[in-house]
Amino acid sequence: MGVFDIIGPVMIGPSSSHTAGAARIGLMARYILKDEPQEAKLTLYGSFAKTYIGHGTDKALIAGLLGYSAEDEVIRDAFTLAKKQHFKVSICPSTETPKHPNTARIFVTGKSGKQVEVLGVSLGGGKIAIREINHCPVDISGMSHTLLTMHEDKPGVVALVSSLLSERKINISSMRVFRKGKHQEAIMMIDTDSPVPEEVVEKIVSLNMINTVQVIKPL
Amino acid sequence: MLKYNSIADLVKLADERKTSIAKIVIQAEAESSETSVAEVNAKMDTRLAIFRHSINEGLADKSLSASGMVGMDADKLTRHKPIFFGKYAYRAMRYALAVSEGNAKMHRIVACPTAGSCGIVPAVVFALGDENDISPELYREAMFSAAGIGNVIAENACVAGAVGGCQAECGAAAAMAAGAAVHIMGGSNTAISMALTLALKNVLGLVCDPVAQLVEVPCVKRNGFHAVHALVAAEMALAGIQSVIPPDEVIGAMFDIGKALPVTLRETSEGGLAVTATGKKIQKALQERQAHVE
Repeated sequence: MGVFDIIGPVMIGPSSSHTAGAARIGLMARYILKDEPQEAKLTLYGSFAKTYIGHGTDKALIAGLLGYSAEDEVIRDAFTLAKKQHFKVSICPSTETPKHPNTARIFVTGKSGKQVEVLGVSLGGGKIAIREINHCPVDISGMSHTLLTMHEDKPGVVALVSSLLSERKINISSMRVFRKGKHQEAIMMIDTDSPVPEEVVEKIVSLNMINTVQVIKPL
Repeated sequence: MLKYNSIADLVKLADERKTSIAKIVIQAEAESSETSVAEVNAKMDTRLAIFRHSINEGLADKSLSASGMVGMDADKLTRHKPIFFGKYAYRAMRYALAVSEGNAKMHRIVACPTAGSCGIVPAVVFALGDENDISPELYREAMFSAAGIGNVIAENACVAGAVGGCQAECGAAAAMAAGAAVHIMGGSNTAISMALTLALKNVLGLVCDPVAQLVEVPCVKRNGFHAVHALVAAEMALAGIQSVIPPDEVIGAMFDIGKALPVTLRETSEGGLAVTATGKKIQKALQERQAHVE
């Protein structure tokens, strides 16, 4: 551990998991939506559902969706801020038992009409993971640049994409592939050390078997 | 590369080089993060500015937290004339409550080592700093002494209430603060090691049983207590009092005790104060409020 892990992180209180982590889940949802939020439904599970008022979990999620970091003092006034920006939010504490105790499901509509549903978990100490995007399993930590492709589950897709990245000398730090079922829709999640340039993204999109490509920046 | 894995390492390295524990911690940090000492110092300065801001904001904010359980006690100390305490301990107690109350009220804080224990180290360092008008360099060094101690505790034991109970959070913070206090007052490296040991030893077994799962009761007042507790340990160490059990063995014992604590007393709010009649009543009222928000 480094000195600034002990004397740090800098955050808005009271809780690194329930406040700072929630803000980061909200911000990741914004990065995935890639739009100003217009409307959102925040469903809270487990300890998030039981303690969100005292921890300001709702405020932190909203501030994150509006683009603020976990150390920004505007988190306190997130509801006022949302109103000012015509961002309509509903909070729904759920009694369902989640897989992870600190879980939030964010269904958000952007100003352009774009919609996305994101499931995020807060892992402690401000660390988070996005575990679902539109009900597809993913695992995004927000620690590095992530390239996400939706594609047909056929041989060769992984090799094609990774060769396009290596041509541009983009180093892959981790890579995972999920699929809904054999030969059904699949998701590839590639973490890279450097951002993936637009022209590479376009090349990947132009591949036959690829349906969509998304680049998600780190927190 | 300069490396330390124990308190014994820190004292030995510092004594061999005829320097302070703080200087060893700064050097090791610069080497491991591949930056310069100047950059490490600059980063600490930004943290120090946030600590100062947290103290001022905490003292100025006279509102209650969202749960209504905490928030106005630092102000009570500001208005009260101390009866038993001298200037250092009283100021440290007041600052610790201010920062910790601020944390509960969504102020910006520096986790040190955790959010729940964030008031203790800044309270002690800034109380001594304000009373003695110490140099910016001494502020930094005090924080690096604290960070080195915290690092050893985190590496060899833990600093999370869910793993080791409150002894691992407020206890670790008190150990860090005690070492920092001795450094500020010009004590030896051995005295620093004894201060942190005495501080940690006296809180072994302290459980984490927060009411309604919030970082408020007993956390906020416990920050006030532990700031003073750190000064007790520092005073003993500066007088030359030694711990019979050496520092690294006490840290090991803290970890063993933490693991032996029942899970109900490790941040789950399923035991202790959290399940008292009043604790349960508060939790129930809060949960009803939450269910009806929509």
